[in-house]
Amino acid sequence: MTYGAGVDVGSTQTKAVIVDEARRIVGRSLIATGANVTKAGESAFVKALEDAGLPRTAVGYVVGTGYGRYKVTFGDAQITEITCHGRGAQSIFPATRTVLDMGGQDTKAIKVGADGSVLDFSMNDKCAAGTGRFLSAAADVTGVSIDEIGPLALQAKIPVRLTSVCTVFVESDIMSYLAQKKTIEDILGGVHKAIATRTMSLVRRVGVEEEVTFTGGVSRNIGMVRALEEVLGTPLNVSDEGHFMGAIGAALFALERAQATAQGGAVAVGAARS
Amino acid sequence: MPAQVTERQYQGKVHEDSRRLMSAWMGELGRAEAEGRPTGAIMISGNCVELLRACHILPMFPEVTALQNAIRHKSLPLILKAEQAGYSSDNCAYVKADIGLFLEGGMGPGKPMPFPNLIVCNYVGCNVYVKWFEHLADISGAKLFMLDVPFLRAAEPSPADIQYVVGQLRELIALCEGVTGEKFDIDELREIIGYSIRAEEGYSRCKHLCKHKPAPFDSYFDSINLMGPINVLRGTKEVADFFDVAVAEFEGLVAQGLGPLSEERFRTVVEGPPPYPYYKNFRNLFAKWGAVAVQSTYSTVGGIWEWGFRHDPARPLESIAEQMLRENLTNRSITTRYQQIRRYVEEWDADALVIHSIKSCRLFSAGQGDMRDYFTRELGVSTLLVESDLEDPRYYAEAQLKNRIDAFFEALEHKKVVVRAAGRRGAGAPPAEASR
Repeated sequence: MTYGAGVDVGSTQTKAVIVDEARRIVGRSLIATGANVTKAGESAFVKALEDAGLPRTAVGYVVGTGYGRYKVTFGDAQITEITCHGRGAQSIFPATRTVLDMGGQDTKAIKVGADGSVLDFSMNDKCAAGTGRFLSAAADVTGVSIDEIGPLALQAKIPVRLTSVCTVFVESDIMSYLAQKKTIEDILGGVHKAIATRTMSLVRRVGVEEEVTFTGGVSRNIGMVRALEEVLGTPLNVSDEGHFMGAIGAALFALERAQATAQGGAVAVGAARS
Repeated sequence: MPAQVTERQYQGKVHEDSRRLMSAWMGELGRAEAEGRPTGAIMISGNCVELLRACHILPMFPEVTALQNAIRHKSLPLILKAEQAGYSSDNCAYVKADIGLFLEGGMGPGKPMPFPNLIVCNYVGCNVYVKWFEHLADISGAKLFMLDVPFLRAAEPSPADIQYVVGQLRELIALCEGVTGEKFDIDELREIIGYSIRAEEGYSRCKHLCKHKPAPFDSYFDSINLMGPINVLRGTKEVADFFDVAVAEFEGLVAQGLGPLSEERFRTVVEGPPPYPYYKNFRNLFAKWGAVAVQSTYSTVGGIWEWGFRHDPARPLESIAEQMLRENLTNRSITTRYQQIRRYVEEWDADALVIHSIKSCRLFSAGQGDMRDYFTRELGVSTLLVESDLEDPRYYAEAQLKNRIDAFFEALEHKKVVVRAAGRRGAGAPPAEASR
């Protein structure tokens, strides 16, 4: 049995996934990245091996992805998370043509072909506005846990209008609304709406082509799913695996390369096998 | 990713001669005051360097001072000095780096250079430039001449526009005569223009040699070796000879099938100035993918010589005016710039367009989002848009740039594999693994 592993070292969390020859996920892990990026990659990989009940030698190929991909020193190759999210999303939702990946520090709109390969992409500027970090800042100021902000945002009656989408300035903006006795629900509704609106301009740069699949850690936030669906005017594919999509894509590339290596062939980056 | 591509570390005669010529010019500027030689500050784009040379005024370029400070990692303290003096963080960092130098009482990169005797703002389409040169005049006490070059509203400048600029050039000649106390000689200008034509011809030939596969040099990163001589020292015999050597050297590389990298995997056209504070780092992000720029718009800020425009000794002032009107990148409409890039992509057979947008210059960067859309959607040219700055190191975020560049070439590589596989299938070969 050949296995492939993907290790996605993100700015906030590190995810590892191991897939078998049938492309089933047999092991996974999720840990905080912390300050030592190399250690985070190794730890996540070891935990995924434990989860799968596999020895290190069972994995034929490891692909590192995410911002810390070049620190996955035990890996065999590095592929950007943009390519990996495209591949991962296509594997779970084969009709995907647009991927929206919202992570801790950046948001990406990715246009993919029928085989999951990247045709075009657009990312936020060097600014965390419109990303998971923005939501974390809003959660901190309102005193609500990150898991609760989405459901609370859905209960907003009159979402507030944020004057700034700056991750730093949003805190003072929210405090101002709290002082005005606005409800937490309306404030969080406004926060989600602001991010969705900002994200829309990114998506428009590559063009919205259905089906649209939402990936990354923030895809677990139901409030953000609904806010994006409203501004995009289309339903989003959302998977329980959304948080792991980059690692899944990386693991699938790893599996294909392990198989190709065993057969003496090669697989191009970005290619998907149907 | 495929096997590692290595840079050939080519440091040939072109590189050495360019450095020697530029150093000699800097040395001349440094000695000018002591030797009683008047100097004149002008800007690169569409410049009238031949005219200053004929008036015996040694040209100096504040932009070159700024970029040389940036490439030597000296720009940030100067930018901060200007910001402390009240310049906004949104101001052009070229300006701020130079203002920082002016406030320290000099102009030179590395070693002090005296202030100019004359300041010619030869392009007023950029209001920031106007203010930059006004501030330089205010700080230095030098005479300031504003040369109003009208915006190029059609593909060719109109006769009225040319006459309008010629009229101002005559005023400038009179001003120069006042500064030097010497009479202007039109025949001397004709002789200088003769050297310019040789350099323009050589520069054009070098650019056209990049149509070969592999291209003999990187037309973005290596072009700075040619841009200094063509833009700053045009009109001298040394530079005319320099381009004879450059053409011969690049023709030799073409004959040997050598390029700047061990393998030319991708041919790109690059739009926008480079990030000088991280020049080498930025270059490496492309080199590792085997990407070579076969054309660039930045290398044409002083003129698109490869399309045939030449100064004319029979019409010296008129041809200088024409050059100032049409050979100024930011003086052209955005659609004219699109057509320039489109020709580069098609005629130089490029795989992709890379746009490096800079925070400092809105005049340069405005419209590049639409440019990306135009090339991607309407022409089907793979286009990457990345942002940093040409002078301010604070805007260079390597992890962000690397991520975008890597993802772009991953996709481009896949596209090439699919196209090759389709070609093989067309020739009767079995389907390729990657395209199934």
